[in-house]
Amino acid sequence: MAEHAAVIGIGQTDFDAKRVDVSQVGLIREAAQRALEDAQLSWSDIDAVVIGKAPDLFEGVMMPELFLAEALGCVGKPMLRVHTAGSVGGSTAIVAASLVQSGIHKRVLTVAYEKQSESNAMWALSIKLPFSQTLVAGAGGFFAPLIRGYMQRSGAPDDTGIRVALKDRLNALKNPVAHLKLPDVDFDMIANSPMLWDPVRYLETCPSSDGACALVIGDKASATQERSAPPAWIHATQMKTEPTMFAKRDQVMPQAGLDCSAELYKKAGITDPRKEIDCAEIYVPFSWFEPMWMENLHFAPIGEGWRMTYEGATALDGDLPVNMSGGVLSTNAIGASGMVRFAEAAMQVRGQAGEHQVDGARKAVGHAYGGGSQYFSMWIVGDQPL
Amino acid sequence: MNQASQEQTALSAPHILEYDYRRSLGPVLSRFFTGLRAGKIHGIKTQSGRVLVPPAEYDPETGEATTDEFVEVGPGGVVETWAWVESPRASHPLSQPFAFALIKLDGADTALLHAVEAGEASQMKTGMRVTPRWAEESQGSIKDLSHFVPEAEGNADAPHPPAEATTDIVTPVHVEYTYSPGKAASRYLHGLKEGKIVGQASDSSGLVYVPPRGACPRDGVPTSREVEVSSKGTVVTLTIVRVPSENIKVELPYCTANILLDGADQSFTGLLQECNLDEVRIGMRVEAVWRDPSEWDYSSENIKHFRPIDEPDVPFEEIKEYC
Amino acid sequence: MRDVAIVSYAQTQFVRSERNQNEVEMLMPVIKEAVDNSGIPKQEIGFTCSGSTDYLSGQSFAFVMAVDAVGAWPPINESHVEMDGAWALYEAWIKIQCGEADSAMVFSFGRSSMGETAETLTLQLDPYTLAPLNADAISLAALQARAGLDAGKWTERDMAEVAARCRAQAKSNPDAQVTGDFDVDKLLTDPYLVSPLRKHDCPPVSDGAAVMIIAAEGAAHKATNKPVWIRSLEHRLDSHQPGGRDLTTSPSTKLAGKAAGVHKTAVDFAELHTPFSHQEIIVREALGLGKETLVNPSGGPLAANPLMVAGLARLGESARRIWGGHGSRAIAHATSGPCLQQNLVCVLEGE
Repeated sequence: MAEHAAVIGIGQTDFDAKRVDVSQVGLIREAAQRALEDAQLSWSDIDAVVIGKAPDLFEGVMMPELFLAEALGCVGKPMLRVHTAGSVGGSTAIVAASLVQSGIHKRVLTVAYEKQSESNAMWALSIKLPFSQTLVAGAGGFFAPLIRGYMQRSGAPDDTGIRVALKDRLNALKNPVAHLKLPDVDFDMIANSPMLWDPVRYLETCPSSDGACALVIGDKASATQERSAPPAWIHATQMKTEPTMFAKRDQVMPQAGLDCSAELYKKAGITDPRKEIDCAEIYVPFSWFEPMWMENLHFAPIGEGWRMTYEGATALDGDLPVNMSGGVLSTNAIGASGMVRFAEAAMQVRGQAGEHQVDGARKAVGHAYGGGSQYFSMWIVGDQPL
Repeated sequence: MNQASQEQTALSAPHILEYDYRRSLGPVLSRFFTGLRAGKIHGIKTQSGRVLVPPAEYDPETGEATTDEFVEVGPGGVVETWAWVESPRASHPLSQPFAFALIKLDGADTALLHAVEAGEASQMKTGMRVTPRWAEESQGSIKDLSHFVPEAEGNADAPHPPAEATTDIVTPVHVEYTYSPGKAASRYLHGLKEGKIVGQASDSSGLVYVPPRGACPRDGVPTSREVEVSSKGTVVTLTIVRVPSENIKVELPYCTANILLDGADQSFTGLLQECNLDEVRIGMRVEAVWRDPSEWDYSSENIKHFRPIDEPDVPFEEIKEYC
Repeated sequence: MRDVAIVSYAQTQFVRSERNQNEVEMLMPVIKEAVDNSGIPKQEIGFTCSGSTDYLSGQSFAFVMAVDAVGAWPPINESHVEMDGAWALYEAWIKIQCGEADSAMVFSFGRSSMGETAETLTLQLDPYTLAPLNADAISLAALQARAGLDAGKWTERDMAEVAARCRAQAKSNPDAQVTGDFDVDKLLTDPYLVSPLRKHDCPPVSDGAAVMIIAAEGAAHKATNKPVWIRSLEHRLDSHQPGGRDLTTSPSTKLAGKAAGVHKTAVDFAELHTPFSHQEIIVREALGLGKETLVNPSGGPLAANPLMVAGLARLGESARRIWGGHGSRAIAHATSGPCLQQNLVCVLEGE
């Protein structure tokens, strides 16, 4: 029933801890204009705009899309604002894709952003409400215990997380827009970095970034026109949610993620994801989430995701490269992070990834998650239509 | 500290959200705000020749970039529409009765929103001419232009600008709420006030939630039945925090653990103290340490922290589905 | 395009202040009611989408907790917009158009009373040049009202008549909050709140939640013998800067209405999300609705205005009226942003 849709333009800002050279408007326009240039389109070619970002408290503007939309040429057009916690960048891309897949629109611009330097994410994520006690120290304070739970269950070697971080940090050196680049990074530097939320070390943690990501998603006719790069055909999208907490909820290996990826593969006609997927860009804000998500994405049996890291399967030259861009560990403008994952997957199958290109990538997974490991959004893109 | 009302079961208390956001301006707004410090109001030309005030990096009609041609407008202008605020709020730009107005400054094609001080409503008229009054001290914000007055009151001298350009602004956000956590949470808090931990069982599965949040999230049904649970429990997982957090005032490093109380089916985060951080571990038995009863309030802070007790560890297999 | 229908709708009573229940507790019974009345087992509902905003309660991720009320187990296909529930409906409708789902649950909720609504909404303004002036929602609407008075588009009496009519119509709506018979001459002797607006021109502060179940053709017919069909669903946006547009018109409503085909046939009534009295006149004009068209039989936002819910409630109230046999074709409208910045238009039709 659904129409074909493809990514025909990709734009990312330069990411940095503080993009003090731009306003929120300038930030989103930088990404959007790069996406339009990539697609060789102008503002008037766009039918609708979908904006995504994480909590409004980060920038202190309630529903900021209302003031930002006109900076994206949206006057007189439909505009939607998506917010699904940390997975929002991915969900936003999926909503934009659905506007094309439904046959409603031909070309949709979608932008996800965060300008975290305007406040402090640790503050915004740990607002103390009356009657309660704030004990969870930001995202790290929430996720570190889950990582410990994974370590206990899987018996993974203690240095797995360091190995993930080293791989991602080396990949980031090949990505011109990545935020955190450590040219001298090595195993010891990460191992010796301070413990923040035991067992998570400083260099196993994502930075706080300003930045935006934009995609132009087009219908079949738009996708088959000659452009600077071939289209990335959207084979399947999937979103899945479960409650934050309930009695006996498995927070380490959430069912929502297992179901989301299983349904995603089914829609894309994939029966053996490890073999059929050429690379994956996934949401890993703390290094240990790579092995956890390898299992959750059915790339590895439960309890054995760490082996993929250990054996180098997830390295840029491995059999399933993961986080070629340097990942969330290197760049994390929270609201944009999910879309950056989806964009990287598309860049890979378009052959646009430069030094971090995986040779011959034809099918790639983009993945994002949010909340208490409860919101998932994913897509598969390919160099050919499904 | 919580001014809880006891008339009803449901509690409520003030909740204030405040933060001073620092916003970088980018080239166009930076020029605008730098100009305001010197008593100059800048618009910008769109590609179609319209002058936008306040200036923007884009033409709102098309999304196309504006030109790099800034135009000084005003300082006087015409009131296009206005709203008389007889009882200003504390957050309003003027404390005496005033008008919000859309003012089309001379040379501009769009109108600027600002405040007009005119004494009383009868002095306001659509089409009237107004002129700016400048703030005595520059804050680097739209308020450097303090407000407008009827032009008959005469033009003011431009202020002496500070040497540096305005590249960012600080916008304090202060919002006051009356927070009420709802029925289930209030019942739980009433228990804590009495020194009891009273969980609630799901109407569908009977599983016991501590603390209850109003629903059994698995089934979307209320948790009506109350079940008092033990102050003792088991650590199902944990972390040791070594990084400061703005809203948490515990000395670093400290251990927070996901604790499953005996009789509950869901863990929650608790502070683990009175033990060596090298010894904290999954499966460890702990108990709540309560504050002195005289300090008990409607608050989870009645429990100071948890501490280890001398009981054998619970095997991981028995608790793994709670972590 | 797939034909999609509203198959059930439930809402809380809209009240000035809901202090006893939190959002989850407000939602649970209405979700149950909507699901039970839909004829579709909860596990078969293919997609869920909600609309809300964090600043109503002053905490990040307020919508995450709302998932607790759904009973999202096994995990569900779900999304959320930081918008009025009417736009959550749009996302759900798109999902069905894609063939990704045959039915969907849409809900929204808000307890505006926890904060000072008019002031909270100043945070919605351009943070550089508008928000620091704290031009509250009532003052901005007053600028718009004056512009129309000056342009001769309406009078203060016209505005009071809208308010009196809406609140009289609300008398038959058990969920409405401000209802009754008001004398227009007497209303006009009231002092101004923010001139030219009087208290009666402004919406009440309301808390509430609403839930709607929609389904595509096959599923809708299977579920109910009274589907209310969504014949068209369109939305558009205007410029945010109040000084950059003609406040006395609503071009985005006009565009959305035209795309939705509102001019093609007559309707029995319209539910318009016009929180301020003069805004009904603007939206009527944009949609080409003459004096003869019954507007806001439910009382509309002047009778109850739960933020984030009031737009979805216009569609829901329309469906309820059609189910009640008081018409078969309606226009429902939702708005967002200062001075009617963003607008959604929907044509609904009973069988």
